[in-house]
Amino acid sequence: MATTSISFSETPLLNLILRRADDALILGHRLSEWCGHAPIVEEDIALANIALDLIGQSRALYDYAAQVDSSGLTEDHFAYRREQHQYRNCLLVEQPNGDFATTIVRQVLFSAFMDLYWREMMKSGDESLAAIAAKAEKETAYHLRHSAEWLIRLGDGTNESHARAQAALDELWICSGELFESDEVERSLIDAGLAPDCGSLQESWQNRIQPILREATLKIPSTPSCKVAADAGVTANTSATSSPICNICSGRIPRRCGDRYGSRRTRIER
Amino acid sequence: MTATALAELESKDDLVARARAAVEQVCDPEIPVLTIADLGVLRSIEVAADGALEVAITPTYSGCPAMDVIGFEVKAALIKAGIDKTRVRQVLAPAWTTDWMSEAGKAKLLAYGIAPPAARASRRALFGEDSVACPHCGSQETEKVSEFGSTACKALWRCTACREPFDYFKCI
Repeated sequence: MATTSISFSETPLLNLILRRADDALILGHRLSEWCGHAPIVEEDIALANIALDLIGQSRALYDYAAQVDSSGLTEDHFAYRREQHQYRNCLLVEQPNGDFATTIVRQVLFSAFMDLYWREMMKSGDESLAAIAAKAEKETAYHLRHSAEWLIRLGDGTNESHARAQAALDELWICSGELFESDEVERSLIDAGLAPDCGSLQESWQNRIQPILREATLKIPSTPSCKVAADAGVTANTSATSSPICNICSGRIPRRCGDRYGSRRTRIER
Repeated sequence: MTATALAELESKDDLVARARAAVEQVCDPEIPVLTIADLGVLRSIEVAADGALEVAITPTYSGCPAMDVIGFEVKAALIKAGIDKTRVRQVLAPAWTTDWMSEAGKAKLLAYGIAPPAARASRRALFGEDSVACPHCGSQETEKVSEFGSTACKALWRCTACREPFDYFKCI
């Protein structure tokens, strides 16, 4: 079935809403791939439930995006009728599920960030965003607890589970830097008291991640978590067969999905 | 106030009362012993400026798949009560917590075999649910099986005294 992609005027506020909505939608879909495949039935239910929460959060955000856009588009248009380069999610959430350890590490890194982010967003001068945040925050806290418990179990488990958890952390760590990027799009909203400053959350995030990793007997990777690693403009070696390298931090950049290149920052500049 | 305005006001109150009687009977599709009023999902019933009867409902969890069905059932209940011009609106603020559930609702849950939320909603309650009484035998000797259960709002527990598994309505 042919679909037509939508066009809309991407104001800073709309861009911000789409960033959060796309993060939730993409991760929600990634997690739903586990349905029927998780290691145990309880975890199958858990991952599907987390996915459901995330897709619910994305619906509220897309619905708000449609209100802000006010040109007659609906939540479904924003969720499904954009081109790949119009999606504003961070690279972390679209990383393939990999093994169970990879999925859990991705969830811990993301939930620890979002829990802080939503709590700050609850203070937003934008009533709709504050309301969505108040709802999402409680769910995210639960996701963090669940995935952190699993990370401790895996890291402090068998030799194999430890090795897999460490490998997953080593691989995904570079993607964590992008979470704290407060670029020019967000700056005006931060100054207006409408959005949290992601950059200011990095220290709190590290303070939450470190005790979990310590208990899991996992080492924080020596590879950097680079804010700009994902920018096509600062990478070398972008051939299809080997991973690109970030020119700033020299870190290896994880696989991207589809034919889309670049972080949300470079995508905006297209 | 003129006589006409007074009559209009009275009929507005009557309409809301009639609507309330109908809407309060709507049950949650996942937990059919609870009405949406018991759950605290029903937020308000009022007559909008255009004369439509507007019902506001709020989701328990962001992704609660029951919201569309509840909205549909609300409309159906109103039509049955002879009220055709209706609108169902979803509101997010203030965010739903288990504190919105009525005491009658908690008693119904327990009788149905689902352990009601144990404490007042708070971050501490969310992370400290280590003592949940078995809804079947009342024993405190219970253990958590799974943090996530058959719906987003429930976790799965097991009683080590009577050996029965049971759903626990998570405290959020």
